[in-house]
Amino acid sequence: MHSFALLIAATLNAGTVLAIAGLGLLINERAGIVNLGAEGMMLVAAIAGFATAVHTGSDWLGFGAGALAGALLAAAFGVLVIWLNTNQYASGLALSLFGAGFSAFAGINYTQQKLSERGQFHVPGLADIPFVGPALFREHPMVYITIALTAALAWFLYRSRAGLVLRAVGESPESAHALGYPVRRIRMAAVVAGGALCGVAGAYLSVIYTPLWVEGMVAGKGWIALALTTFATWRPARVLLGAYLFGGVTMLQFYLQGRGVEIPSQFLSMLPYLATIVVLVAISRNAIWIRANMPASLGKPFFPGS
Amino acid sequence: MTLSSKRALLRLAGWSTLAATAALVGCGKNEEAAPAPQAQASAASAPAPKPEPLKIAFAYVGPVGDGGWTFAHDNARKALQAHFGDKIQTSFVEKVPEGADAERVFRDMVSQGNKLIFGTTFGYMEPMLKVAADNPNVKFEHATGYKRAANMNTYDSRTYEGAYMAGVVAGAMTKTKTLGIVGSIPIPEVIRNIDSFTLGAQSVNPHVKVRVVWVNDWFNPPKETEAAQSLINGGADVLFQNTDSSAVLQTAAKNKKYAFGWDSDMSAYAPEAHLASSVINWAPYYIQTTQDVLDGKWVGNKASWWGVKEGAIDLVSISDKVPAETKAKIDQIKAGLKDGSFSIWKGPIVSNAGKEELKKDEVADDKFLGGINFYVKGVEGKVPGGK
Repeated sequence: MHSFALLIAATLNAGTVLAIAGLGLLINERAGIVNLGAEGMMLVAAIAGFATAVHTGSDWLGFGAGALAGALLAAAFGVLVIWLNTNQYASGLALSLFGAGFSAFAGINYTQQKLSERGQFHVPGLADIPFVGPALFREHPMVYITIALTAALAWFLYRSRAGLVLRAVGESPESAHALGYPVRRIRMAAVVAGGALCGVAGAYLSVIYTPLWVEGMVAGKGWIALALTTFATWRPARVLLGAYLFGGVTMLQFYLQGRGVEIPSQFLSMLPYLATIVVLVAISRNAIWIRANMPASLGKPFFPGS
Repeated sequence: MTLSSKRALLRLAGWSTLAATAALVGCGKNEEAAPAPQAQASAASAPAPKPEPLKIAFAYVGPVGDGGWTFAHDNARKALQAHFGDKIQTSFVEKVPEGADAERVFRDMVSQGNKLIFGTTFGYMEPMLKVAADNPNVKFEHATGYKRAANMNTYDSRTYEGAYMAGVVAGAMTKTKTLGIVGSIPIPEVIRNIDSFTLGAQSVNPHVKVRVVWVNDWFNPPKETEAAQSLINGGADVLFQNTDSSAVLQTAAKNKKYAFGWDSDMSAYAPEAHLASSVINWAPYYIQTTQDVLDGKWVGNKASWWGVKEGAIDLVSISDKVPAETKAKIDQIKAGLKDGSFSIWKGPIVSNAGKEELKKDEVADDKFLGGINFYVKGVEGKVPGGK
């Protein structure tokens, strides 16, 4: 029973990185922009966050630096695709490759650096409840902030006027433009916000989750976060659930191995990806889900003159 | 509307595939390192007609900053350069992907005038063999492989000796009598390390249990973290890993458990959790090989497997938390390995399926060690893909 509680705790932790990045990309895509550069932004943010945490000793400043790094890269991407109308997919790929190379270069002197040893966090009063405490209330504050962020984003998108405008820009930029909304600036804001969240996710990875810097340490999580947005049919709560599901399957493979379950470990390693594909296929087959939620102008450039 | 959104989705899918491919290619890109600064030094010392320095090149599979496998090789390269000074000129190319790209890199090295070339990962075997066949006057040295030629040798280190000594420390330190190992890829070398670690632990703590979790990767810190966490959650209080980063050690630190450094000294990453580091020192081999080449004594078709005896393997930075008697035992083991009076793989050794693999007092030869594909008694579960 206790080990099951710990499995839940590990799942929440593993899912948080994916959830933060996934929510950021969801903001992008709701505004009609696909940013395939998530992996690169997360890598640059990971080294920025790690370096800041090393020099200042503050994890939270590390998160701030990560967010800033992600936002800056996203802003560069935004200028390219929104104002210069370059191809979003090609620019995103370029950003991803640039991020991988640049982070490796910037991190040369940080591979041997270390952060102070990480302790466990406890939610006062709740952490000692049997089962529930170890399962849910001994996580890093960022895990809870992510849940709050999901709720806030859902409220923003569906209950606030600004969220409505953002969605309108993603559905039909022409209409939004005709109504007098500054489509490009709104898209830019969404891209920067999304980049900042990817940055926080990258910093969480290098400052809290695996507190070290090594080249390429994001190891594909950016791509998984991209898949998550489609997986979740562009709904914040589903992004969070999808992230936990993915985190859970990832952790489960190690638990099953540790318990001597007679399944080849290679097969277990494949499970998270298999789960993603199965759900993607299931969702894609349901045309109504896709049509109801996919931003209609996703990935299309907008020319205000046309 | 339907059609266009469907098309958009298809396009998205197409681009994602392309993205994934590009990402893979991107990961494999090879950044040529700047040639070592010694190039200038030798050019400047023109007046005296010194003999041309021997040019030596290294191909690494990882970045020199991985803190583990490649880091250890590069430290040895630096030691080699320092040892011979201006008699040699070393250079390296890092992040050379295993396979066809490696061949191009080796041909480049040859064309730049390198006369001795080291390749430091298993996957360079075939490309190196091909390039060696075309360049009989260049000497090749391949780490961890088994194919040789008249101008190509293989070399490796007995990492299992370090694993055994780490096991002795782990056996002395565990309270739950449960040890956890994060395994990389289930090949004989890694299984031999798992078994040796277990034998070491059992030598001081006969009823200790060992659990293994495979990540199927040499270097994937987030995955290593997750695997380590699952072992700790399952009751293991001392961890060991055959992966290349310090993630397992740091996860142990976070949970107030113990772990080891692997390949390089990792004590600085988590001083509280670090019990000892099993390190590989490639410098003695590199120095010996280079000396042979300089003296004209180098011969091909040779396999070298160096361990504690040759100074290639050591257990270093043993924590103050480790009892003095355990430290004394480690010193005994090292002395025994050096003078040949002690063998780790000496019977009786029984597999965890109950089969007697080595009879009483039978000592394993290198052929036996090279093909180990079973867990010894005390390790839980089955070797992936094994019987």
